[in-house]
Amino acid sequence: MSYLQKSPWIIHYDASSCNGCDIEVLACLTPLYDVERFGILNTGNPKHADIFVITGGVNEMNKEVVQNIYEQMPNPKVVVAVGICACSGGVFRECYNISGGVATVIPVDVYVPGCAARPESIIDGIVQALEILEEKRQEMKREKREAA
Amino acid sequence: MSQLDPFLAAGLFIILAPVVGVLITGLDRILTARMQGRVGPPVLQPLYDIGKLFQKRQVAVWGAQSFFIFCYLIFIVFTGALFFAGGDILLVIFAFTLGHVFLVLGAYVSYSPYAHIGAERELIQLMAVEPMIIIAAIGLYQVNGSFLVGEMANHPGLPILLLPGVFLGFIFILTFKLRKSPFDLATSHHAHQELVKGSTTEFSGWTLAMVELAHIYELVVMLGFIWLFFGDHLWLCVIAIAAIMFLEILVDNCTSRIKWQDALISAWFVTLVAGAGNIFALSIM
Repeated sequence: MSYLQKSPWIIHYDASSCNGCDIEVLACLTPLYDVERFGILNTGNPKHADIFVITGGVNEMNKEVVQNIYEQMPNPKVVVAVGICACSGGVFRECYNISGGVATVIPVDVYVPGCAARPESIIDGIVQALEILEEKRQEMKREKREAA
Repeated sequence: MSQLDPFLAAGLFIILAPVVGVLITGLDRILTARMQGRVGPPVLQPLYDIGKLFQKRQVAVWGAQSFFIFCYLIFIVFTGALFFAGGDILLVIFAFTLGHVFLVLGAYVSYSPYAHIGAERELIQLMAVEPMIIIAAIGLYQVNGSFLVGEMANHPGLPILLLPGVFLGFIFILTFKLRKSPFDLATSHHAHQELVKGSTTEFSGWTLAMVELAHIYELVVMLGFIWLFFGDHLWLCVIAIAAIMFLEILVDNCTSRIKWQDALISAWFVTLVAGAGNIFALSIM
């Protein structure tokens, strides 16, 4: 495993979640699940983060915010959409203010369905994201070599 | 240590300090997790974090911040090398402060309000800590009759017996230097605080890796200062460092961050009463 996979730092953003998935994301940090065992830290700062964990469907007001956070994260980076609302818009899909799932604004790498998503499945989603993160790093290295 | 050639000692510091620092920081994180009822990360987690940061792409609005942070790292390494080579403790302290000034400049370069407030608080922390460090140097001079670290380290007795107040004050300001609660004003190892990541908010990639590496060197230098209070009783010193680190982690987990006014006043109060009081008592003895 590369260093990148051993030390994934997360930024968590609540797009327009009902807070159900947010509570489950934070539950991953508690003694029962303790994701710091895998080196996972919640940073709250996009410039330090590797994984963008986003809950809830994106609404018309915070589209730019989501995009802005994504663009501030240094490469390689991955996006994990947690909960059915983040995956597809869920029951709020048809609402006048919801633009849909996260994928309507930024590219999503891993979808974690559920209402609310269980901490176990969130951790599983993040572990799958680590594989994609490593692939992206290899790709970045290749591009750098070709450019040089 | 002073029997060693100064250049060899400095070289050993540059190579061994990251190893020791990573282990101490890793154990710190495990102990913190255990105190919170968690398992915690592997011991080498700080190494993984730094390695990871070198693999990330660098994002900087102003390139100058990387230069300032590089200077910060260089001066902290220079400080430690000078210290373990047995150099003049006053020069060590000035180089140490200069290193931190570069960190503050690096944080000021960006236009981020978080980094700016973090930089301002970093300056306040320097103001809070600096008098006590200088008093510690004066106290050690009174006991040893020399400002050279090499001669202090060979003191046959226990300088701590003559400098209990200075030692207490030094432990107090160590909390500032280790960036632990309640004095982690500028930046903190924990997320979810009002300043996001404070002075390090705008750093990413290898710039942040250099900050982390400098913190690790800094930790070893600060623990080196504790060694001077124990002269050549190396085992006693190791036990004391273990006890002090445990105490720091306990305080970190039991307290919340305090306002900068309280941090500054409490640090100066301890410096004045314990530090300067001790110096005064020693000078009339």
